Amino acid sequence: MYLIKRKEMLHSTIFLMDIVAPRVAKNCQPGQFIILRVDADGERIPLTICDYNREEGTVTIVTQAMGASTHKLMALEEGAYVQDFVGPLGCPSDLVTGDIEEVRKKKILFVAGGLGTAPVYPQVKWLHEHGIEADVIIGAKTKDLIIYEDDMRKVCGNLYITTDDGSCGRHGLVTQVISDLIEKEGKHYDLCVSIGPMIMMKFCVLTTRKYDLPTIVSMNPIMVDGTGMCGACRLTVGGEVKFACIDGPEFDGFKVDFDEAMDRMKLYRTEEGRALLKFREGDTHHGGCGNCGGDK
Amino acid sequence: MALPEGFVRVPITEQDPKVRAGNFEEVCLGYTDEEAVLEASRCLNCKKPMCVEGCPVRVNIPGFIEALKGGNIEESYSRLSACTALPAVCGRVCPQETQCESKCIRGIKGDAVAIGKLERYVADKARSLGMKPVVTAAPNGHKVAVIGSGPAGLTCAGDLARLGYDVTVFEALHEAGGVLTYGIPEFRLPKEKVVRPEVENIRSLGVKIETNVIVGKSVTIDQLMEDEGFEAVFIGSGAGLPMFMNIPGENAKGVFSANEFLTRNNLMKAFRDDSDTPIYRPARVAVVGGGNVAMDAARTALRLGSSVTIIYRRSEAELPARAEEVHHAREEGIVFEMLTNPVEILTNDDKFVRAIKCVRMELGEPDQSGRRRPVPVEGSEFEIETDAVIMALGTSPNPMLSSATPGLEINKRRCIIAEETTGKTSREGVYAGGDAVSGAATVILAMGAGKDAAAAIDEYIRLKRTNL
Repeated sequence: MYLIKRKEMLHSTIFLMDIVAPRVAKNCQPGQFIILRVDADGERIPLTICDYNREEGTVTIVTQAMGASTHKLMALEEGAYVQDFVGPLGCPSDLVTGDIEEVRKKKILFVAGGLGTAPVYPQVKWLHEHGIEADVIIGAKTKDLIIYEDDMRKVCGNLYITTDDGSCGRHGLVTQVISDLIEKEGKHYDLCVSIGPMIMMKFCVLTTRKYDLPTIVSMNPIMVDGTGMCGACRLTVGGEVKFACIDGPEFDGFKVDFDEAMDRMKLYRTEEGRALLKFREGDTHHGGCGNCGGDK
Repeated sequence: MALPEGFVRVPITEQDPKVRAGNFEEVCLGYTDEEAVLEASRCLNCKKPMCVEGCPVRVNIPGFIEALKGGNIEESYSRLSACTALPAVCGRVCPQETQCESKCIRGIKGDAVAIGKLERYVADKARSLGMKPVVTAAPNGHKVAVIGSGPAGLTCAGDLARLGYDVTVFEALHEAGGVLTYGIPEFRLPKEKVVRPEVENIRSLGVKIETNVIVGKSVTIDQLMEDEGFEAVFIGSGAGLPMFMNIPGENAKGVFSANEFLTRNNLMKAFRDDSDTPIYRPARVAVVGGGNVAMDAARTALRLGSSVTIIYRRSEAELPARAEEVHHAREEGIVFEMLTNPVEILTNDDKFVRAIKCVRMELGEPDQSGRRRPVPVEGSEFEIETDAVIMALGTSPNPMLSSATPGLEINKRRCIIAEETTGKTSREGVYAGGDAVSGAATVILAMGAGKDAAAAIDEYIRLKRTNL
């Protein structure tokens, strides 16, 4: 069992948790992920690491209540425990494992979408701790969904906020900001790191490709064990099959087959919806999910 | 002509195929007390027991059966549990027909003694009576780490604990047991009734099991040895990486590795209503492969409500699965398409699987394995309509650990290189065995390797101690 040392609601459905997991905290690096299970019946949920404190032995995760398991997780308070917490999984970001002098020469732009802002943070923070200031674009649907703004401002170079509805910062999609920065505001970048919903990463890559701006993306497909055992997370990258859990989660965005990856996410959609309905309605669930036959 | 009494083994009760095809309860119901004693009485207690030579962990077979003849369960279990940490498991999943039972003298003129079924009986009976294996040595204070809680790791840990070592097993998943937990289904190997109690028995010897630790990620072997004081390490991390065919359409929705399908069902309990983990339950499923894992995946899909076809590229005679598993699968209504090989997976407009395109095969010259090589019959392409495809083509060792352990040598197949009789690797104090060394094989071979390595680790530590 793993203690939830701190919980903070970042929005009505988005929350942050510091979880005590000393082995993970000791050995993790930005770019890696963990898998947790809320309780004995819970799914294994993969979540990208958002921060870590090696002294206190804690790892920070941020997620949004979407399915049954994430709603159960949100219902837990500080002082409660999650059943299982394992990691770090996947490879660290190339930025932290590569030659630091080479990284120093680069002007880096991070493009964070919604919840993806949280896993961008440890990378930007790591660079900051190594004397490198990276620019960051945070995009979200609306003002309320902007997370990590203050934390990010402390560790990044320029911070650009944009919302789909214009309620905060610029008005429009992150791709528009990328184009504006490069074309109208005279910015030059050597590397882009984009983390967010797959659809955002796909369009981000379509945009950066126009500028020959190499782009790293962090893939978050369906997975079970996270150690290369199940193969559910397989993706096509540069025409080859890769497992996001052990070969990634970060890949060269220009090579990822996003359409296939997004399509594969749809497999259990109805199953998940069903589990969620069952969870929300509990004993009062008498149909409506289209599966249990209770409404017939 | 029927064989005279004594030459035929006591038949065992199984669930009716029609009934069991719809549930996850165990297929074989085991011997009753009377049946077990009667079957035991067929053992000739040979002076030179060939059966023991056929057993990779050299279980004292005549010994435990002899005690059983007189109905002395305590003595029988004590003799059995002194040789194996997992008797209830082995009694169920070992291929006895090619090991101990194949050497049984009784088998020359009739049926071999049902050694596996008797082993299972003794282990189950002992459990129901609350008997536990006993530690033989006092604690010696020396720490040994075991990586992986599958058959190799548990055996190694159990043997070392008996010798007085302070053993910690590290398991990557949230539940101990390795392939016994995530791979082999409930209807062949019940988890609550068999696997967990056997794991508990190993804990009762003083073995600590730390789940959710991926050695190579959560901690390295170097950290274990340098920072945490482990004097030796045994790697029993198995062969977990699934293989795919690399044919078109393999990333379509509805194509799974057998590992994924079985893990969702066995480890995550997706077949139960109270599990949050989803599993795909379409009308039709095609399973590609002919090994025990293919049979397990097929029979699981059947129990989840699908009609199932097994596609295998060679003929019946070459099926690598145990005869019993093939027989059970057939009884339950699984269809076999032999001498058939998939060439493409076809999808509908929504990119869900709709059919698997196959080619007929014929057997040509023998290949490296000695089996006749299957060759495609030109122009024989045809389609099998299906909603899902499960690939059960074998697995290879996970490179996660070896790549994080400098100086640990592996071969081309990513298997750890280890001495056959000791499990000694290229790193001092590091031993390995089971599928991580051999590639995918059987539970009992992994247990044999775990046992040999435990003896070698004991010798290594004792020698180091006297040289200090």
